[in-house]
Amino acid sequence: MRNGNLRTGVATLAAVSLSAALFGTAMAAEIAPKQVVYDEGKVSESLTGVPGNVEAGEKVMITRGQGNCIACHAVTALEKTPFHGEVGPTLDGAGERWTEAELRGIVANSKMTFEESMMPSFYKVDGYIRPGNAFTGKAAKTAELPPLLTAQQIEDVVAYLLTLKE
Amino acid sequence: MRSISLRILASVAALTAIGSLSAMAEDLPELVINEDIEMVTRTKAPAHLENLDEIRSGWTFRTKETQAFQMDDFDNPGMIFVDQALDTWETVDGAAGKSCATCHEGPESMTGLRATLPKWNEDAGEVWTMEMYINDCRENRMQADAWGWKSQPMLNMNALISLQSRGMPVDVKIDGPAQSAWEKGKEMYYTRYGQLELSCANCHEQNYDNYIRADHLSQGQINGFPVYRLKQANLITAHNRFKGCIRDTRAETFSEGSPEFVALELYVGSRGNGLSVEAPSVRN
Repeated sequence: MRNGNLRTGVATLAAVSLSAALFGTAMAAEIAPKQVVYDEGKVSESLTGVPGNVEAGEKVMITRGQGNCIACHAVTALEKTPFHGEVGPTLDGAGERWTEAELRGIVANSKMTFEESMMPSFYKVDGYIRPGNAFTGKAAKTAELPPLLTAQQIEDVVAYLLTLKE
Repeated sequence: MRSISLRILASVAALTAIGSLSAMAEDLPELVINEDIEMVTRTKAPAHLENLDEIRSGWTFRTKETQAFQMDDFDNPGMIFVDQALDTWETVDGAAGKSCATCHEGPESMTGLRATLPKWNEDAGEVWTMEMYINDCRENRMQADAWGWKSQPMLNMNALISLQSRGMPVDVKIDGPAQSAWEKGKEMYYTRYGQLELSCANCHEQNYDNYIRADHLSQGQINGFPVYRLKQANLITAHNRFKGCIRDTRAETFSEGSPEFVALELYVGSRGNGLSVEAPSVRN
């Protein structure tokens, strides 16, 4: 049994090295916005295969022009950064209330979990009404927009949220 | 015995009512301008507004400091522009050799107009805003050049004419020939624009009185427009704010004066039916 696991592990490693060799970069493992599989809102597979970085995730949480999550959600652990919003629920304890797969699904596209949610979809590129070119007020230049957050930023935010325990 | 108990009950009820009324008065500041004009800043929502019970002026969401600017005309920076418009009102312009005063005498002849705008214009066959009425006079009666929607003389004149209705209840008609524009405006109000997929209603109907980062969300009422906005140190129109809001959803916005924004102004204006005209109000 133990041996079997080890063998599977070796096989996976071999496959990863093979694809890395084929595509040259770790980017090859990234799941593009339109390829994300939502299972009742949950996304079990990492979008990048690279573990999320908690510190980087915290930065995304508080930075305008990135996630700016605290614009709508209060987070006690981030209270040194001023002005937390009241539009969404507090994220205190989010790491206990939700699994990693649920959090990844909510951050990537919350509407797959909460229909009608006001929360922007952070890993989505089309299907918008009058999409603009960022905050210029002008029309978007391409049919598909860059997602609001990169795959790795999503992973970083998920890693940060998992640290929020009450 | 029975009637005595009833009387006691009645007095208790009366006392309770008085108690809660005075508590309300303490909690809620009232807008009285120049210690004279009492403004309705909270009232029952108009019947067509199914999702709100009470409508509130943007003034009720602002800080005490911002509120104070509007309570005395000497402190209201918007009044400087009203004074400028008074000069313009008397100034002859255009090939017909007329000023506003030539036909309309004093600006007080405009009393009541702002409270009903935007409204259906039968001759034009469309809904008109203040800017459209002003430019119609300029082009057709004065034979002068039309003013740009964002130009200073237009903002100023809008403020002067609106001021004549200050304190009157907003009374925007939503039925009759204006109805199709009203429906279009309503549809826009609930459309989730841009990459952030936000509608007017998301913030201003579902989340008014909540903070979004450092911003205290209001109901987005436009009874105070044109507004003196401290951030811009100038008068601004409702269309200017609509544009900014839609831009902030990461959408392609609409322009000032576009048919879309005229429809939205009609709809949003009607959501404030019953609030006082506050123009020129002061906001941050």
